[in-house]
Amino acid sequence: MERIPILKMGQFLLVTIQVDLYDRLALDLEADLINAVEKNAAKGVLIDISAVSIVDSFMGRILGNIANMSRLLDAQTVVVGIQPAVAITLVELGLPLTGVRTALNVERGMELLNSLITFDDTTEEWDDDTDNDH
Amino acid sequence: MTTLQKSGTMIPITITKETVLVVKEQDVVPLRNTVKQCAVKIKMGLVNQTKLITAASELVRNMLRYAKGGAVLVETVSVGRNQGVKLTFQDDGPGIADINQAMQDGFSTGNSLGLGLPGTKRLVNEFDIKSTVGSGTTVTIIKWVNG
Repeated sequence: MERIPILKMGQFLLVTIQVDLYDRLALDLEADLINAVEKNAAKGVLIDISAVSIVDSFMGRILGNIANMSRLLDAQTVVVGIQPAVAITLVELGLPLTGVRTALNVERGMELLNSLITFDDTTEEWDDDTDNDH
Repeated sequence: MTTLQKSGTMIPITITKETVLVVKEQDVVPLRNTVKQCAVKIKMGLVNQTKLITAASELVRNMLRYAKGGAVLVETVSVGRNQGVKLTFQDDGPGIADINQAMQDGFSTGNSLGLGLPGTKRLVNEFDIKSTVGSGTTVTIIKWVNG
């Protein structure tokens, strides 16, 4: 059976979708990815869809689901590489993917994930400082 | 029988036609390719191609979900100097009881976002839906090269 590979890179998971998605494949990816987040204690998920020429309402919903589910497992999701034509189509379709973090390409997506996690760490440190003061 | 039409006063002339059967989810991939080939052949721009194929993807999903599949007629058509791709989705499923309701954003009987039909309509130039409860639904869309 066809499966989309999930790569582990440090505390992040990296998924590059390079095939035409159909519903079953997208659903399997959602399940595999959430299980992988839990198994690897991943802090971030990066999904590269630069090779995907079509994102319809179902796949859009799956991307939103992945972002929400990962958040429940304390992982951030960034979708990168959305093609301009796909962005135009998604908005006209009525699915602007609000709630899904995006970045232009993999490099910026990685930077964003790193900053999100560093931000988490600094807030914790700030909390510690306040505790010490009192 | 109820119908809902977006526009379309002139009758397009068919240049090429091909029928693609869709009975399982994976069939959506060859259908997308067929539609893409047609769109490329008449030099449709990338954005319009993407809108058309996304619309096709939405309608095929409806066909599979509610009618267990059907047939898609893929045509290249022309009206005057304007060329386009016309897709006809025909199924013999349960039909749609209230088309106006089905065309509303956010309405779904099938646990989805309910963007399929209204969203599709926004992505194409011509949109026509005919449905008879108990005997099936036919959706016709056209995307013009310069649409």
